[in-house]
Amino acid sequence: MSKSAKRRAKTVIGVVLTALMLFPVYWMINASFTTDANLRKNPPNLIPIDGTLAGYRAVISQQLPYLSNSLLIGMLTVALTLVVSAPAGYSLAKLRPKGGGVLGFALLVAQMIPAIIMAMGFYAILLSTGWINTVPGLVIADSTIAVPFAVLIFTAFMSAIPEELLQAAVTDGAGRFRTFWSIVLPVSRNAIVTVSLFAFLWAWSDFMFASTLDSGGGNQPITLGIYHYIGNNDQQWNAIMATAVVASIPATVLLVIAQKYVAAGITAGSVKD
Amino acid sequence: MNSRAQTLERSVRDQSGAAKDASDSARARRSRNRSSQLAAWAFLAPLTIYLLAFYAYPLYRNLDLSLRNYTVYSFVHGGAPFTGFANYSAVIHDATFAKALINTLLFTFVSLLFQFAIGMALAVFFAQHFRLSPILRALFLVPWLLPLIVSASTWAWMLDSGSGVVNYGLHLIGIGPVNWLTDPHWALASVIIANIWIGIPFNLVLLYSGIQAIPSTLNEAAAIDGANSWTKFRRITFPLLRPVSAITLMLGMVYTLKVFDIIWIMTKGGPVDASTTFATWSYQLGFGNLLPEFGPGAAVGNLLVVMALVAGLVYIRVQRRQAA
Repeated sequence: MSKSAKRRAKTVIGVVLTALMLFPVYWMINASFTTDANLRKNPPNLIPIDGTLAGYRAVISQQLPYLSNSLLIGMLTVALTLVVSAPAGYSLAKLRPKGGGVLGFALLVAQMIPAIIMAMGFYAILLSTGWINTVPGLVIADSTIAVPFAVLIFTAFMSAIPEELLQAAVTDGAGRFRTFWSIVLPVSRNAIVTVSLFAFLWAWSDFMFASTLDSGGGNQPITLGIYHYIGNNDQQWNAIMATAVVASIPATVLLVIAQKYVAAGITAGSVKD
Repeated sequence: MNSRAQTLERSVRDQSGAAKDASDSARARRSRNRSSQLAAWAFLAPLTIYLLAFYAYPLYRNLDLSLRNYTVYSFVHGGAPFTGFANYSAVIHDATFAKALINTLLFTFVSLLFQFAIGMALAVFFAQHFRLSPILRALFLVPWLLPLIVSASTWAWMLDSGSGVVNYGLHLIGIGPVNWLTDPHWALASVIIANIWIGIPFNLVLLYSGIQAIPSTLNEAAAIDGANSWTKFRRITFPLLRPVSAITLMLGMVYTLKVFDIIWIMTKGGPVDASTTFATWSYQLGFGNLLPEFGPGAAVGNLLVVMALVAGLVYIRVQRRQAA
Protein backbone atom coordinates (compact mmCIF):
# COMPACT_ATOMS: atom_id res chain seq x y z
CA MET A 1 0.00 0.00 0.00
CA SER A 2 1.36 3.45 -0.89
CA LYS A 3 2.07 5.95 1.85
CA SER A 4 -0.77 8.30 0.94
CA ALA A 5 -3.27 5.43 0.76
CA LYS A 6 -2.14 4.36 4.21
CA ARG A 7 -2.71 7.85 5.55
CA ARG A 8 -6.13 8.01 3.97
CA ALA A 9 -7.01 4.67 5.58
CA LYS A 10 -6.00 6.10 8.95
CA THR A 11 -8.24 9.10 8.44
CA VAL A 12 -11.14 6.77 7.66
CA ILE A 13 -10.48 4.68 10.77
CA GLY A 14 -10.23 7.87 12.82
CA VAL A 15 -13.57 9.12 11.55
CA VAL A 16 -15.22 5.77 12.30
CA LEU A 17 -13.81 5.68 15.85
CA THR A 18 -14.93 9.25 16.50
CA ALA A 19 -18.40 8.45 15.18
CA LEU A 20 -18.60 5.45 17.52
CA MET A 21 -17.48 7.54 20.47
CA LEU A 22 -19.96 10.29 19.73
CA PHE A 23 -22.86 7.96 18.99
CA PRO A 24 -24.48 8.56 22.42
CA VAL A 25 -24.39 12.30 21.75
CA TYR A 26 -26.05 11.74 18.39
CA TRP A 27 -28.61 9.47 19.98
CA MET A 28 -29.48 12.15 22.51
CA ILE A 29 -30.02 14.71 19.74
CA ASN A 30 -32.02 12.17 17.73
CA ALA A 31 -34.29 11.39 20.69
CA SER A 32 -34.83 15.09 21.39
CA PHE A 33 -36.53 15.48 17.98
CA THR A 34 -38.54 12.24 18.05
CA THR A 35 -42.20 12.08 19.04
CA ASP A 36 -43.10 10.13 22.17
CA ALA A 37 -44.95 7.51 20.12
CA ASN A 38 -41.96 6.96 17.82
CA LEU A 39 -39.56 6.72 20.77
CA ARG A 40 -41.24 3.47 21.82
CA LYS A 41 -41.24 2.13 18.25
CA ASN A 42 -39.33 -1.02 17.31
CA PRO A 43 -37.09 -0.77 15.33
CA PRO A 44 -36.13 2.75 16.45
CA ASN A 45 -35.82 5.57 13.92
CA LEU A 46 -32.14 6.09 13.25
CA ILE A 47 -32.81 9.61 12.03
CA PRO A 48 -35.68 11.80 13.29
CA ILE A 49 -38.07 11.34 10.36
CA ASP A 50 -41.38 13.14 10.94
CA GLY A 51 -39.64 14.77 13.89
CA THR A 52 -41.14 17.10 16.42
CA LEU A 53 -40.13 20.21 18.31
CA ALA A 54 -42.40 19.29 21.23
CA GLY A 55 -39.39 18.53 23.42
CA TYR A 56 -37.91 21.95 22.77
CA ARG A 57 -41.28 23.64 23.31
CA ALA A 58 -41.33 21.94 26.72
CA VAL A 59 -37.84 23.29 27.42
CA ILE A 60 -38.91 26.84 26.59
CA SER A 61 -42.10 26.68 28.61
CA GLN A 62 -40.69 24.87 31.67
CA GLN A 63 -36.91 25.09 31.85
CA LEU A 64 -36.02 28.74 31.20
CA PRO A 65 -35.94 29.73 34.89
CA TYR A 66 -33.59 26.81 35.64
CA LEU A 67 -31.34 27.84 32.75
CA SER A 68 -31.10 31.45 33.87
CA ASN A 69 -30.38 30.33 37.44
CA SER A 70 -27.54 28.17 36.16
CA LEU A 71 -26.15 31.05 34.13
CA LEU A 72 -26.16 33.33 37.18
CA ILE A 73 -24.70 30.67 39.48
CA GLY A 74 -21.99 29.84 36.93
CA MET A 75 -20.90 33.47 36.52
CA LEU A 76 -20.86 34.19 40.24
CA THR A 77 -18.83 31.02 40.82
CA VAL A 78 -16.28 32.19 38.24
CA ALA A 79 -16.04 35.58 39.96
CA LEU A 80 -15.55 34.10 43.43
CA THR A 81 -13.00 31.57 42.16
CA LEU A 82 -10.92 34.25 40.42
CA VAL A 83 -10.96 36.63 43.39
CA VAL A 84 -9.72 33.92 45.75
CA SER A 85 -7.23 32.13 43.53
CA ALA A 86 -5.50 34.73 41.32
CA PRO A 87 -3.81 36.66 44.19
CA ALA A 88 -2.91 33.37 45.86
CA GLY A 89 -1.31 32.12 42.65
CA TYR A 90 0.76 35.30 42.40
CA SER A 91 1.93 34.97 45.97
CA LEU A 92 2.85 31.29 45.68
CA ALA A 93 4.59 31.82 42.35
CA LYS A 94 6.53 35.02 42.99
CA LEU A 95 6.54 36.16 46.62
CA ARG A 96 7.87 32.98 48.29
CA PRO A 97 5.67 33.02 51.41
CA LYS A 98 6.97 31.01 54.37
CA GLY A 99 4.62 28.07 54.82
CA GLY A 100 3.41 28.27 51.22
CA GLY A 101 4.35 24.63 50.74
CA VAL A 102 1.87 23.56 53.41
CA LEU A 103 -0.85 25.49 51.61
CA GLY A 104 0.07 23.86 48.31
CA PHE A 105 -0.16 20.45 49.95
CA ALA A 106 -3.53 21.35 51.49
CA LEU A 107 -4.79 22.23 48.01
CA LEU A 108 -3.71 18.86 46.61
CA VAL A 109 -5.49 17.07 49.44
CA ALA A 110 -8.56 19.32 49.01
CA GLN A 111 -8.93 18.07 45.44
CA MET A 112 -9.29 14.52 46.68
CA ILE A 113 -12.18 15.10 49.07
CA PRO A 114 -15.37 13.57 47.68
CA ALA A 115 -18.18 16.06 47.08
CA ILE A 116 -20.60 14.08 49.25
CA ILE A 117 -18.48 14.91 52.31
CA MET A 118 -18.47 18.60 51.49
CA ALA A 119 -22.20 18.46 50.73
CA MET A 120 -23.06 17.09 54.17
CA GLY A 121 -20.88 19.62 55.95
CA PHE A 122 -22.28 22.50 53.89
CA TYR A 123 -25.81 21.27 54.49
CA ALA A 124 -25.31 21.51 58.24
CA ILE A 125 -23.72 24.96 57.93
CA LEU A 126 -26.18 26.47 55.45
CA LEU A 127 -29.12 25.17 57.45
CA SER A 128 -27.97 27.00 60.55
CA THR A 129 -27.18 30.22 58.65
CA GLY A 130 -30.43 30.12 56.67
CA TRP A 131 -28.59 30.03 53.32
CA ILE A 132 -30.09 26.75 52.20
CA ASN A 133 -31.85 27.00 48.80
CA THR A 134 -30.17 30.33 48.02
CA VAL A 135 -27.89 31.35 45.18
CA PRO A 136 -24.97 32.50 47.39
CA GLY A 137 -25.02 29.21 49.32
CA LEU A 138 -24.76 27.15 46.14
CA VAL A 139 -22.15 29.48 44.62
CA ILE A 140 -19.87 29.02 47.64
CA ALA A 141 -20.24 25.25 47.49
CA ASP A 142 -19.71 25.13 43.71
CA SER A 143 -16.59 27.25 43.95
CA THR A 144 -14.94 24.62 46.16
CA ILE A 145 -14.79 22.34 43.09
CA ALA A 146 -12.74 24.90 41.17
CA VAL A 147 -10.59 26.80 43.68
CA PRO A 148 -7.81 24.22 44.31
CA PHE A 149 -7.47 23.61 40.55
CA ALA A 150 -7.50 27.37 39.89
CA VAL A 151 -4.70 28.09 42.38
CA LEU A 152 -2.55 25.36 40.82
CA ILE A 153 -3.13 26.78 37.31
CA PHE A 154 -2.37 30.36 38.38
CA THR A 155 0.74 29.33 40.31
CA ALA A 156 2.10 27.33 37.39
CA PHE A 157 1.35 30.08 34.91
CA MET A 158 2.63 33.01 36.97
CA SER A 159 5.86 31.19 37.80
CA ALA A 160 6.71 31.53 34.12
CA ILE A 161 6.41 35.34 34.12
CA PRO A 162 9.96 36.73 33.72
CA GLU A 163 11.36 38.25 36.91
CA GLU A 164 12.72 41.23 34.94
CA LEU A 165 9.21 42.30 34.00
CA LEU A 166 8.19 42.54 37.66
CA GLN A 167 11.50 44.15 38.64
CA ALA A 168 10.95 46.82 35.99
CA ALA A 169 7.60 47.66 37.52
CA VAL A 170 9.12 47.92 41.00
CA THR A 171 11.89 50.19 39.65
CA ASP A 172 9.20 52.41 38.19
CA GLY A 173 7.83 52.77 41.70
CA ALA A 174 4.86 50.41 41.50
CA GLY A 175 3.82 48.72 44.75
CA ARG A 176 3.10 45.00 44.91
CA PHE A 177 -0.60 45.49 44.39
CA ARG A 178 -0.03 47.77 41.38
CA THR A 179 2.40 45.20 39.95
CA PHE A 180 -0.17 42.46 40.42
CA TRP A 181 -3.05 44.45 39.00
CA SER A 182 -1.45 46.11 35.99
CA ILE A 183 1.32 43.67 35.04
CA VAL A 184 0.69 40.16 36.37
CA LEU A 185 -3.03 39.94 35.70
CA PRO A 186 -2.97 41.24 32.11
CA VAL A 187 -0.08 38.92 31.26
CA SER A 188 -1.97 35.97 32.79
CA ARG A 189 -4.92 36.28 30.43
CA ASN A 190 -4.63 32.66 29.26
CA ALA A 191 -4.69 31.32 32.81
CA ILE A 192 -7.72 33.50 33.60
CA VAL A 193 -9.54 32.13 30.56
CA THR A 194 -8.72 28.51 31.45
CA VAL A 195 -9.80 28.91 35.07
CA SER A 196 -13.01 30.77 34.19
CA LEU A 197 -13.90 28.16 31.61
CA PHE A 198 -13.56 25.24 33.99
CA ALA A 199 -15.12 27.01 36.97
CA PHE A 200 -18.15 27.86 34.85
CA LEU A 201 -18.44 24.40 33.36
CA TRP A 202 -18.17 22.66 36.73
CA ALA A 203 -20.71 24.95 38.36
CA TRP A 204 -23.05 24.54 35.38
CA SER A 205 -22.73 20.72 35.55
CA ASP A 206 -22.89 20.35 39.32
CA PHE A 207 -25.57 17.98 40.53
CA MET A 208 -24.37 16.94 43.98
CA PHE A 209 -24.38 20.37 45.63
CA ALA A 210 -27.52 21.44 43.79
CA SER A 211 -29.51 18.40 44.88
CA THR A 212 -28.44 18.68 48.51
CA LEU A 213 -28.18 22.44 49.10
CA ASP A 214 -30.60 23.96 46.59
CA SER A 215 -33.36 21.46 45.87
CA GLY A 216 -36.33 23.57 46.94
CA GLY A 217 -37.67 26.95 45.87
CA GLY A 218 -37.00 29.06 42.81
CA ASN A 219 -33.20 29.11 42.69
CA GLN A 220 -32.64 25.59 41.32
CA PRO A 221 -30.17 25.08 38.45
CA ILE A 222 -30.70 23.23 35.16
CA THR A 223 -29.23 19.94 36.41
CA LEU A 224 -32.18 19.71 38.78
CA GLY A 225 -34.54 20.69 35.95
CA ILE A 226 -33.41 17.56 34.11
CA TYR A 227 -33.46 15.46 37.28
CA HIS A 228 -37.09 16.36 38.02
CA TYR A 229 -38.00 15.27 34.48
CA ILE A 230 -36.29 11.91 34.97
CA GLY A 231 -38.05 11.45 38.28
CA ASN A 232 -41.51 11.81 36.73
CA ASN A 233 -43.40 8.57 36.33
CA ASP A 234 -44.39 9.28 32.73
CA GLN A 235 -40.80 9.76 31.62
CA GLN A 236 -41.01 12.10 28.62
CA TRP A 237 -37.75 11.12 27.01
CA ASN A 238 -37.91 13.68 24.21
CA ALA A 239 -38.35 16.52 26.71
CA ILE A 240 -35.54 15.07 28.86
CA MET A 241 -33.23 14.77 25.87
CA ALA A 242 -34.15 18.24 24.55
CA THR A 243 -33.24 19.70 27.94
CA ALA A 244 -30.04 17.67 27.92
CA VAL A 245 -29.16 19.06 24.49
CA VAL A 246 -29.77 22.62 25.67
CA ALA A 247 -27.75 21.97 28.86
CA SER A 248 -24.85 20.76 26.69
CA ILE A 249 -24.64 24.01 24.73
CA PRO A 250 -22.13 25.75 27.05
CA ALA A 251 -19.78 22.78 26.87
CA THR A 252 -20.01 22.68 23.09
CA VAL A 253 -19.51 26.41 22.68
CA LEU A 254 -16.50 26.33 24.98
CA LEU A 255 -15.01 23.39 23.09
CA VAL A 256 -15.36 25.22 19.79
CA ILE A 257 -14.04 28.61 20.85
CA ALA A 258 -11.50 27.57 23.45
CA GLN A 259 -10.28 24.09 22.61
CA LYS A 260 -6.64 24.81 23.33
CA TYR A 261 -7.52 26.06 26.82
CA VAL A 262 -9.52 22.90 27.51
CA ALA A 263 -6.65 20.58 26.60
CA ALA A 264 -4.27 22.81 28.57
CA GLY A 265 -6.53 22.62 31.59
CA ILE A 266 -6.71 18.83 31.55
CA THR A 267 -2.96 18.39 31.31
CA ALA A 268 -1.95 21.22 33.66
CA GLY A 269 -0.93 20.14 37.10
CA SER A 270 -0.81 16.47 36.22
CA VAL A 271 1.87 16.27 33.57
CA LYS A 272 5.06 18.24 33.88
CA ASP A 273 7.19 18.84 30.86
CA MET B 1 25.53 12.37 40.78
CA ASN B 2 29.12 13.49 40.76
CA SER B 3 28.43 16.71 38.89
CA ARG B 4 25.57 17.51 41.21
CA ALA B 5 27.87 17.16 44.23
CA GLN B 6 30.33 19.51 42.57
CA THR B 7 27.69 22.14 41.96
CA LEU B 8 26.61 21.86 45.55
CA GLU B 9 30.17 22.28 46.75
CA ARG B 10 30.66 25.33 44.57
CA SER B 11 27.49 26.96 45.76
CA VAL B 12 28.47 26.41 49.38
CA ARG B 13 31.86 28.01 48.68
CA ASP B 14 30.19 30.97 46.99
CA GLN B 15 27.92 31.47 49.92
CA SER B 16 30.69 31.47 52.51
CA GLY B 17 32.67 33.89 50.37
CA ALA B 18 29.75 36.21 50.08
CA ALA B 19 28.97 36.05 53.79
CA LYS B 20 31.35 38.90 54.72
CA ASP B 21 29.86 41.45 52.33
CA ALA B 22 26.38 40.37 53.28
CA SER B 23 26.67 41.08 57.03
CA ASP B 24 26.46 44.86 56.50
CA SER B 25 23.25 44.78 54.58
CA ALA B 26 21.76 41.91 56.59
CA ARG B 27 19.63 44.13 58.79
CA ALA B 28 18.24 46.09 55.86
CA ARG B 29 17.45 42.86 54.06
CA ARG B 30 15.76 41.39 57.10
CA SER B 31 13.34 44.28 57.38
CA ARG B 32 12.72 44.10 53.64
CA ASN B 33 12.18 40.36 54.07
CA ARG B 34 9.61 40.91 56.77
CA SER B 35 7.66 43.36 54.63
CA SER B 36 7.80 41.03 51.66
CA GLN B 37 6.54 38.14 53.82
CA LEU B 38 3.72 40.41 54.92
CA ALA B 39 2.86 41.17 51.30
CA ALA B 40 3.10 37.51 50.35
CA TRP B 41 0.60 36.55 53.04
CA ALA B 42 -1.65 39.50 52.24
CA PHE B 43 -2.10 38.03 48.77
CA LEU B 44 -2.66 34.60 50.31
CA ALA B 45 -5.16 35.85 52.89
CA PRO B 46 -8.31 35.40 50.77
CA LEU B 47 -7.35 31.81 49.96
CA THR B 48 -6.41 31.00 53.56
CA ILE B 49 -9.68 32.36 54.91
CA TYR B 50 -11.54 30.58 52.13
CA LEU B 51 -9.90 27.23 52.87
CA LEU B 52 -10.60 27.53 56.59
CA ALA B 53 -14.21 28.62 56.18
CA PHE B 54 -15.28 26.54 53.18
CA TYR B 55 -13.06 23.46 53.42
CA ALA B 56 -11.86 22.96 56.96
CA TYR B 57 -15.11 23.98 58.63
CA PRO B 58 -17.43 21.77 56.49
CA LEU B 59 -15.00 18.88 57.05
CA TYR B 60 -15.10 19.53 60.78
CA ARG B 61 -18.91 19.62 60.72
CA ASN B 62 -18.92 16.37 58.81
CA LEU B 63 -16.61 14.71 61.34
CA ASP B 64 -18.82 16.01 64.14
CA LEU B 65 -21.89 14.57 62.39
CA SER B 66 -20.25 11.16 62.25
CA LEU B 67 -19.41 11.13 65.97
CA ARG B 68 -22.83 12.07 67.35
CA ASN B 69 -26.28 10.58 67.30
CA TYR B 70 -28.21 13.17 65.29
CA THR B 71 -31.96 13.26 64.82
CA VAL B 72 -33.76 15.74 62.60
CA TYR B 73 -34.59 17.80 65.68
CA SER B 74 -31.04 17.91 67.05
CA PHE B 75 -29.71 18.56 63.55
CA VAL B 76 -31.58 21.86 63.51
CA HIS B 77 -31.48 22.78 67.19
CA GLY B 78 -28.23 21.18 68.33
CA GLY B 79 -27.57 19.10 71.42
CA ALA B 80 -27.01 15.70 69.80
CA PRO B 81 -25.29 13.31 72.23
CA PHE B 82 -21.67 12.29 71.56
CA THR B 83 -21.52 8.61 70.72
CA GLY B 84 -17.90 8.10 69.67
CA PHE B 85 -17.48 5.53 66.95
CA ALA B 86 -21.00 4.08 67.27
CA ASN B 87 -21.96 5.31 63.78
CA TYR B 88 -18.86 3.76 62.26
CA SER B 89 -19.44 0.44 63.97
CA ALA B 90 -23.11 0.46 62.90
CA VAL B 91 -22.10 1.17 59.31
CA ILE B 92 -19.43 -1.53 59.21
CA HIS B 93 -21.86 -4.12 60.56
CA ASP B 94 -24.57 -3.03 58.14
CA ALA B 95 -25.56 -5.59 55.50
CA THR B 96 -24.86 -3.02 52.77
CA PHE B 97 -21.23 -2.50 53.82
CA ALA B 98 -19.64 -5.50 52.12
CA LYS B 99 -21.67 -4.95 48.96
CA ALA B 100 -20.74 -1.26 48.80
CA LEU B 101 -17.05 -1.99 49.42
CA ILE B 102 -16.88 -4.65 46.69
CA ASN B 103 -18.83 -2.45 44.28
CA THR B 104 -16.61 0.57 44.96
CA LEU B 105 -13.49 -1.46 44.23
CA LEU B 106 -14.99 -3.19 41.16
CA PHE B 107 -16.34 0.08 39.79
CA THR B 108 -13.00 1.83 40.26
CA PHE B 109 -10.67 -0.83 38.93
CA VAL B 110 -12.74 -2.10 36.01
CA SER B 111 -13.40 1.50 34.92
CA LEU B 112 -9.71 2.37 35.19
CA LEU B 113 -8.58 -0.71 33.31
CA PHE B 114 -10.77 -0.04 30.28
CA GLN B 115 -10.40 3.74 30.29
CA PHE B 116 -6.66 3.44 30.37
CA ALA B 117 -6.36 0.67 27.77
CA ILE B 118 -8.74 2.36 25.33
CA GLY B 119 -7.23 5.79 26.04
CA MET B 120 -3.74 4.42 25.38
CA ALA B 121 -4.76 2.75 22.11
CA LEU B 122 -6.41 5.94 20.92
CA ALA B 123 -3.47 8.11 22.00
CA VAL B 124 -1.04 5.95 20.02
CA PHE B 125 -3.40 6.01 17.05
CA PHE B 126 -3.86 9.79 17.08
CA ALA B 127 -0.15 10.39 17.54
CA GLN B 128 0.37 9.22 13.96
CA HIS B 129 0.08 11.99 11.46
CA PHE B 130 -2.97 11.88 9.24
CA ARG B 131 -5.53 14.35 7.98
CA LEU B 132 -8.26 15.48 10.41
CA SER B 133 -6.34 14.02 13.38
CA PRO B 134 -6.43 17.26 15.44
CA ILE B 135 -10.13 17.91 14.92
CA LEU B 136 -11.11 14.29 15.61
CA ARG B 137 -9.07 14.37 18.79
CA ALA B 138 -10.88 17.53 19.84
CA LEU B 139 -14.25 15.84 19.23
CA PHE B 140 -13.20 13.03 21.56
CA LEU B 141 -13.27 15.57 24.39
CA VAL B 142 -17.04 16.02 24.11
CA PRO B 143 -18.07 13.20 26.50
CA TRP B 144 -15.76 14.59 29.16
CA LEU B 145 -17.19 18.11 28.89
CA LEU B 146 -20.88 17.23 28.96
CA PRO B 147 -22.64 17.68 32.30
CA LEU B 148 -22.71 14.28 34.00
CA ILE B 149 -26.47 14.38 34.29
CA VAL B 150 -26.66 14.68 30.50
CA SER B 151 -24.36 11.70 29.90
CA ALA B 152 -26.05 9.65 32.59
CA SER B 153 -29.57 10.24 31.33
CA THR B 154 -28.48 9.61 27.74
CA TRP B 155 -27.00 6.25 28.78
CA ALA B 156 -30.10 5.46 30.82
CA TRP B 157 -32.13 6.03 27.68
CA MET B 158 -29.80 3.95 25.49
CA LEU B 159 -29.86 1.09 28.01
CA ASP B 160 -33.65 1.21 28.45
CA SER B 161 -34.95 -2.39 28.47
CA GLY B 162 -37.88 -1.86 26.12
CA SER B 163 -36.85 0.86 23.68
CA GLY B 164 -33.12 1.25 24.23
CA VAL B 165 -30.84 1.27 21.21
CA VAL B 166 -28.35 -1.08 22.90
CA ASN B 167 -30.89 -3.86 23.20
CA TYR B 168 -31.93 -3.18 19.60
CA GLY B 169 -28.29 -3.61 18.54
CA LEU B 170 -28.07 -6.87 20.50
CA HIS B 171 -31.30 -8.03 18.87
CA LEU B 172 -29.74 -7.45 15.44
CA ILE B 173 -26.92 -9.84 16.27
CA GLY B 174 -29.33 -12.35 17.76
CA ILE B 175 -29.02 -11.69 21.50
CA GLY B 176 -32.12 -11.33 23.62
CA PRO B 177 -32.93 -8.14 25.56
CA VAL B 178 -31.00 -7.42 28.76
CA ASN B 179 -32.63 -5.52 31.60
CA TRP B 180 -29.53 -3.37 32.02
CA LEU B 181 -30.65 -1.04 34.77
CA THR B 182 -33.26 -3.16 36.53
CA ASP B 183 -31.51 -6.55 36.66
CA PRO B 184 -29.24 -6.82 39.73
CA HIS B 185 -26.73 -8.79 37.66
CA TRP B 186 -26.32 -6.04 35.10
CA ALA B 187 -26.83 -2.76 37.00
CA LEU B 188 -23.19 -2.39 38.07
CA ALA B 189 -21.95 -3.29 34.58
CA SER B 190 -24.26 -0.63 33.13
CA VAL B 191 -22.90 2.20 35.24
CA ILE B 192 -19.33 1.01 34.64
CA ILE B 193 -19.89 1.12 30.86
CA ALA B 194 -21.18 4.69 31.07
CA ASN B 195 -18.29 5.69 33.33
CA ILE B 196 -15.70 4.20 30.97
CA TRP B 197 -17.16 6.26 28.13
CA ILE B 198 -16.90 9.43 30.19
CA GLY B 199 -13.32 8.74 31.31
CA ILE B 200 -11.74 7.86 27.94
CA PRO B 201 -11.11 11.51 26.89
CA PHE B 202 -9.21 12.28 30.09
CA ASN B 203 -6.89 9.30 29.57
CA LEU B 204 -6.53 10.08 25.88
CA VAL B 205 -5.49 13.70 26.45
CA LEU B 206 -2.95 12.92 29.18
CA LEU B 207 -1.39 9.96 27.38
CA TYR B 208 -1.36 11.81 24.05
CA SER B 209 0.55 14.73 25.55
CA GLY B 210 2.94 12.20 27.08
CA ILE B 211 3.57 10.60 23.70
CA GLN B 212 4.20 14.02 22.14
CA ALA B 213 7.05 14.48 24.62
CA ILE B 214 8.87 11.34 23.41
CA PRO B 215 11.63 12.35 20.96
CA SER B 216 10.58 11.24 17.48
CA THR B 217 14.20 10.35 16.66
CA LEU B 218 13.85 7.25 18.85
CA ASN B 219 11.02 5.85 16.76
CA GLU B 220 12.78 6.81 13.55
CA ALA B 221 15.93 5.00 14.62
CA ALA B 222 13.88 1.93 15.55
CA ALA B 223 12.16 2.05 12.15
CA ILE B 224 15.55 2.07 10.42
CA ASP B 225 16.48 -0.99 12.46
CA GLY B 226 13.36 -2.63 11.06
CA ALA B 227 11.12 -2.59 14.14
CA ASN B 228 7.39 -2.90 13.43
CA SER B 229 4.72 -0.77 15.12
CA TRP B 230 4.01 -3.26 17.89
CA THR B 231 7.70 -3.61 18.79
CA LYS B 232 8.06 0.18 18.75
CA PHE B 233 5.11 0.51 21.11
CA ARG B 234 6.36 -2.22 23.47
CA ARG B 235 10.03 -1.21 23.49
CA ILE B 236 9.84 2.58 23.20
CA THR B 237 6.44 4.22 23.73
CA PHE B 238 5.16 2.14 26.62
CA PRO B 239 8.36 2.18 28.76
CA LEU B 240 8.95 5.89 28.19
CA LEU B 241 5.33 6.61 28.98
CA ARG B 242 5.50 4.93 32.38
CA PRO B 243 5.71 8.15 34.41
CA VAL B 244 2.74 9.70 32.59
CA SER B 245 0.84 6.42 32.84
CA ALA B 246 1.38 6.30 36.60
CA ILE B 247 0.08 9.84 37.04
CA THR B 248 -2.91 9.18 34.77
CA LEU B 249 -3.89 6.03 36.65
CA MET B 250 -3.45 7.62 40.07
CA LEU B 251 -5.49 10.69 39.17
CA GLY B 252 -8.08 8.44 37.57
CA MET B 253 -8.31 6.39 40.76
CA VAL B 254 -8.79 9.46 42.93
CA TYR B 255 -11.55 10.73 40.63
CA THR B 256 -13.27 7.37 40.07
CA LEU B 257 -13.47 6.49 43.78
CA LYS B 258 -15.75 9.44 44.36
CA VAL B 259 -17.99 9.12 41.29
CA PHE B 260 -21.55 9.71 42.36
CA ASP B 261 -23.67 11.45 39.74
CA ILE B 262 -23.60 8.74 37.08
CA ILE B 263 -24.57 5.93 39.41
CA TRP B 264 -27.21 7.89 41.26
CA ILE B 265 -28.89 9.20 38.11
CA MET B 266 -28.85 5.85 36.29
CA THR B 267 -29.74 3.39 39.06
CA LYS B 268 -29.83 5.22 42.43
CA GLY B 269 -27.46 2.45 43.54
CA GLY B 270 -30.15 -0.16 43.00
CA PRO B 271 -31.81 -2.45 42.39
CA VAL B 272 -31.41 -3.57 46.03
CA ASP B 273 -27.89 -2.16 46.42
CA ALA B 274 -26.69 -4.01 43.29
CA SER B 275 -24.79 -0.93 42.06
CA THR B 276 -24.31 1.01 45.29
CA THR B 277 -20.86 2.36 46.17
CA PHE B 278 -19.65 4.26 49.23
CA ALA B 279 -20.47 7.56 47.50
CA THR B 280 -24.06 6.64 46.67
CA TRP B 281 -24.62 4.84 49.98
CA SER B 282 -23.47 7.90 51.90
CA TYR B 283 -25.81 10.10 49.85
CA GLN B 284 -28.64 7.61 50.27
CA LEU B 285 -28.27 7.69 54.06
CA GLY B 286 -27.97 11.46 54.32
CA PHE B 287 -30.33 12.70 51.62
CA GLY B 288 -32.04 9.79 49.87
CA ASN B 289 -34.65 8.87 52.47
CA LEU B 290 -37.47 10.81 54.04
CA LEU B 291 -35.85 10.38 57.45
CA PRO B 292 -32.20 11.38 57.00
CA GLU B 293 -29.52 9.45 58.88
CA PHE B 294 -26.77 12.06 58.86
CA GLY B 295 -24.55 10.30 61.39
CA PRO B 296 -24.13 7.01 59.50
CA GLY B 297 -24.09 8.91 56.20
CA ALA B 298 -21.19 11.06 57.38
CA ALA B 299 -19.43 7.95 58.70
CA VAL B 300 -19.62 6.23 55.29
CA GLY B 301 -18.41 9.45 53.67
CA ASN B 302 -15.40 9.60 55.97
CA LEU B 303 -14.46 6.01 55.13
CA LEU B 304 -14.50 7.12 51.50
CA VAL B 305 -12.24 10.05 52.35
CA VAL B 306 -9.74 7.66 53.89
CA MET B 307 -9.72 5.57 50.71
CA ALA B 308 -9.34 8.68 48.53
CA LEU B 309 -6.54 10.03 50.73
CA VAL B 310 -4.60 6.79 50.58
CA ALA B 311 -4.87 6.86 46.79
CA GLY B 312 -4.02 10.55 46.83
CA LEU B 313 -0.93 10.21 48.97
CA VAL B 314 0.37 7.51 46.65
CA TYR B 315 -0.27 9.93 43.79
CA ILE B 316 1.63 12.76 45.48
CA ARG B 317 4.55 10.42 46.20
CA VAL B 318 4.68 9.30 42.58
CA GLN B 319 4.55 12.89 41.37
CA ARG B 320 7.25 14.02 43.81
CA ARG B 321 9.54 11.20 42.80
CA GLN B 322 9.13 12.12 39.15
CA ALA B 323 9.67 15.82 39.78
CA ALA B 324 12.93 15.06 41.59
